[in-house]
Amino acid sequence: MTISLEEVYETSSMFLHDNLDIRTVTLGINLKGCIDSDFQKFRNKVYKKIFLNGRKLIAEAKKVEVKYGVPIVNKRISVTPISLIMETHCTKQKYLQMALTLDRAAKDSGIDFIGGFGAFVQKGMTESDAVLVEALPEVLSRTDRICSFINAGSNVSGLNLDAVNLIAEMLKKTSKKTKNGIGCAKFVVFVNAPEDNPFMAGAFHGIGEPDFSLNIGISGPGVVRSVIEKNKDCDLTGLSELVKRTVFKITRAGELVGRELAENINVPFGVTDISLAPTTRPGDSVAKTIEAFGIERIGAHGSTLALALLIDAVKKGGAMASSSVGGLSGTFIPISEDLGMIEAVQKGALSLDKLEAFTAVCSVGLDMFAVPGSTSAETIAAIIGDELSIGIMNNKTTAVRIIPVNGKKPGQLVEFGGLLGTAPVMKVSKFSSAKFMRRGGRMPAPITSMRN
Amino acid sequence: MKSAKNAKKGKELLFISVIGKDKKGIVATISNHLYKNGINIEDINQKVMEGYFVMTMVVDAKDSKKSLEKIREELEEVGKKMNVMVSIRHENIFKMMHRI
Repeated sequence: MTISLEEVYETSSMFLHDNLDIRTVTLGINLKGCIDSDFQKFRNKVYKKIFLNGRKLIAEAKKVEVKYGVPIVNKRISVTPISLIMETHCTKQKYLQMALTLDRAAKDSGIDFIGGFGAFVQKGMTESDAVLVEALPEVLSRTDRICSFINAGSNVSGLNLDAVNLIAEMLKKTSKKTKNGIGCAKFVVFVNAPEDNPFMAGAFHGIGEPDFSLNIGISGPGVVRSVIEKNKDCDLTGLSELVKRTVFKITRAGELVGRELAENINVPFGVTDISLAPTTRPGDSVAKTIEAFGIERIGAHGSTLALALLIDAVKKGGAMASSSVGGLSGTFIPISEDLGMIEAVQKGALSLDKLEAFTAVCSVGLDMFAVPGSTSAETIAAIIGDELSIGIMNNKTTAVRIIPVNGKKPGQLVEFGGLLGTAPVMKVSKFSSAKFMRRGGRMPAPITSMRN
Repeated sequence: MKSAKNAKKGKELLFISVIGKDKKGIVATISNHLYKNGINIEDINQKVMEGYFVMTMVVDAKDSKKSLEKIREELEEVGKKMNVMVSIRHENIFKMMHRI
């Protein structure tokens, strides 16, 4: 078999000009085997398991990067949801100690983020789940690399509004404890959370997973944008075809890297997550990819259609390329991590309402957006509730990562730094939903869940 | 090349791509560097595409004493001096991306 010069050029230029990379390799680790009635021993076992495997992941990822000339941006670990393994140690103090252990293990081994400090509460909370939520403001403000999630609903269980209300209060407290509310950037509330998602903040090692599992997140919004820009006269069917072909290729590259890395560290390969994920680098923007379709600014009428076309083509191309597609596999539309999204908010093209509409056609949800610190807990709960109901009614994953920032008003900019970017504070409705939120309880599962 | 853990014995084909503005001596400089390092050129192609001079080489590095990481670092350095971008990748990535 010969590879043509054109094909070599196409691949090389995806990496050189269009910022193609493997966004994350995430090693899922089962921590259930570390449980011990002696809390000190328990923590030691957790530390050792994460440190040793984290170090191995980093060393082997480097070798694969060199072999294929593919940058792997983040090396991460996801663990068994912590509330499960803390059932017999559920005090606030012990939760904090466990968080500090996980944080230290991640730092010592060179892991960027460790996910899984969370719980499943869609039908109700155990004592351990409640203590976890109570401990979160302290945990998120005193650690750097821990990411946390709560799954507050599913299409077969409905939505736990009591949990959403507690989460809103927790976010307000976390925001006050951290500079610019940055602690809230490490927490995500889900419905229908996937057990094998490699992306933070929502990665965890689900209970249906084996002892280890290597999941990979590939991302190339720049590659997709470049192909759309080169084909200005293409109709929608043609565009879909082009995106499919491109995503097929980048998914295959990701699959190769993921499988080889899993083999080298001797763990099962899990999934390839085919999400398009932006970064704050110019050219790495999902918003700009949407604008390349011929939309002046993302948020203008027609943006939802463009996003729907894009994500559908991404999924079709990805599904052909890999039999192990999983995780979120949607299009990420965080505000602070995407230069085009930031600009669109600043220019008045994109509002929170339009952002919510986007999430009905792409997965992932309302992500990395800032609201004024004066926003009430009930309004935060209502924003979360609206978004999660979209997921429940449409049988899909959605999530919210909302950052209330104290002392900031709509239009002001908040700098988070690094990968987390910069967020223009967004306007929320001035009308109250407090009485509705205070009703609490659980929204029953929708009729579409009765499929047996 | 010091082979990776799961590398099969025999040929380990690598693709070198050189992208930049055309100038004298690119082919000669890269070939000479490869020769000095015991890397055998199996195939070579060049063309101007989208305004860039593009050259690809298929090479076999099994007789090279250097690690792939070192080979890559040195090639990138050679490229920098000529103001062209040089990258090196194992053939499998091209097979995966361009062949079903």
